[in-house]
Amino acid sequence: MPGELISLENSTDRLSEEMLIRRIRDGEPELFYELIRPYERRVYSTAFALLRNEADAEDVAQEAVLKAFKHIRQFRAEARFSTWLIQITVNEARMRRRKEHAAIMQPMADLQDEDGNYTPRDFADWREIPSETLERSEVREKLAEALASLGQKYREVFVLRDIHHLSIEETAKTLGVSTASVKTRLLRARLMLRDLLAPGLGGSWSSKLSFAKGTKPW
Amino acid sequence: MVATCEQVWREISNYLDGEVSPDLRAAMEEHFRGCQRCSAVLEGSRNVIGLYGEERMFEPPLGFSQRLHRRLEENMPRRRGTAFGWMVAAAAAVLVAGSFQVGNSNSFIPPALRSEHARPATGVPADLMVVVSDDGKAFHVAGCRFIHDKARLRTIPASQALREGYSPCSRCMKKYLSASLDTIDDDSEDVASVAGTTAK
Repeated sequence: MPGELISLENSTDRLSEEMLIRRIRDGEPELFYELIRPYERRVYSTAFALLRNEADAEDVAQEAVLKAFKHIRQFRAEARFSTWLIQITVNEARMRRRKEHAAIMQPMADLQDEDGNYTPRDFADWREIPSETLERSEVREKLAEALASLGQKYREVFVLRDIHHLSIEETAKTLGVSTASVKTRLLRARLMLRDLLAPGLGGSWSSKLSFAKGTKPW
Repeated sequence: MVATCEQVWREISNYLDGEVSPDLRAAMEEHFRGCQRCSAVLEGSRNVIGLYGEERMFEPPLGFSQRLHRRLEENMPRRRGTAFGWMVAAAAAVLVAGSFQVGNSNSFIPPALRSEHARPATGVPADLMVVVSDDGKAFHVAGCRFIHDKARLRTIPASQALREGYSPCSRCMKKYLSASLDTIDDDSEDVASVAGTTAK
């Protein structure tokens, strides 16, 4: 890829990663700590975004990393290690959800027809939520809440594509669905999130006071 | 080309990902200029994507990394003992493995290995047919590239090869080497605890 500094960096990373993986397989398991370090956060945030519960997320993150360690021989070099790891994490999170599923009602969005057109809600305009507001835990909490209210299939796609910046192809591969499906779900997820978050912008997101008064942003 | 609001909504996500044709892109840009609602949808979606894409959105709890490493530590194969301790453990393991798995003779005495560098075997099926050469030190799967003297080969059961002091080839018989990393792949006891059992 000409002129792409980022892809150059990635290929160097990938080379040393390949070497690490080879050495781990050949009898230096301690190097796994080094291999996993850049991805620890990502594993956790995937688990958290899918499960929306800190304790479950940590548990699932640990299980996923352990599984990657135990099955490092099954990793095939044609995939990125990070994608493989996230795939394991998604599977672990799915399993966890399935276990608890009996007690939980299916979110509305899962029952919606994926192909049906979605009409975005009409707000006069969009007031930017500045990224600095993420410093505030209540803002992060609101964002997490909105994400959690999406149906699982929309959330998975959104997490991989927009939180972890996987490509559409990688997202499709990781989830075992078609790229067309990824695009449709991604559209729906993005529009739903925007609709969920927009009403909070009538001042309540940008001033601490209205939160303090207990005003719900929506 | 003119884009309607419905078309714009259907393609807005692809538009943000740069996945629309140049014609459609131009039509959409034209539409955004004249339609406040659609440009609000565009701005909102772009903002949402940017926010969730921030690293600090989902911070792991304090101590997450340490707890993760501790968990890994508990699952590391035990390799940190002294070399001597390791050899004792491995030798004990081959005794145990030998007496259970190559158990067609009750008076089995572990043979002197033909190679002092060989790693002992565990769990080789006694009736597995393997290939040895008289002046070789290891037994192989037929056709292994690491067979030394291809002219004078014998095909014998693994139990006999072990009795004669052959050890598993480090390539084709890798999965039967006791000290290999493969031990982490299953849930069987590790070598150290097997050694503990025999000491009783």
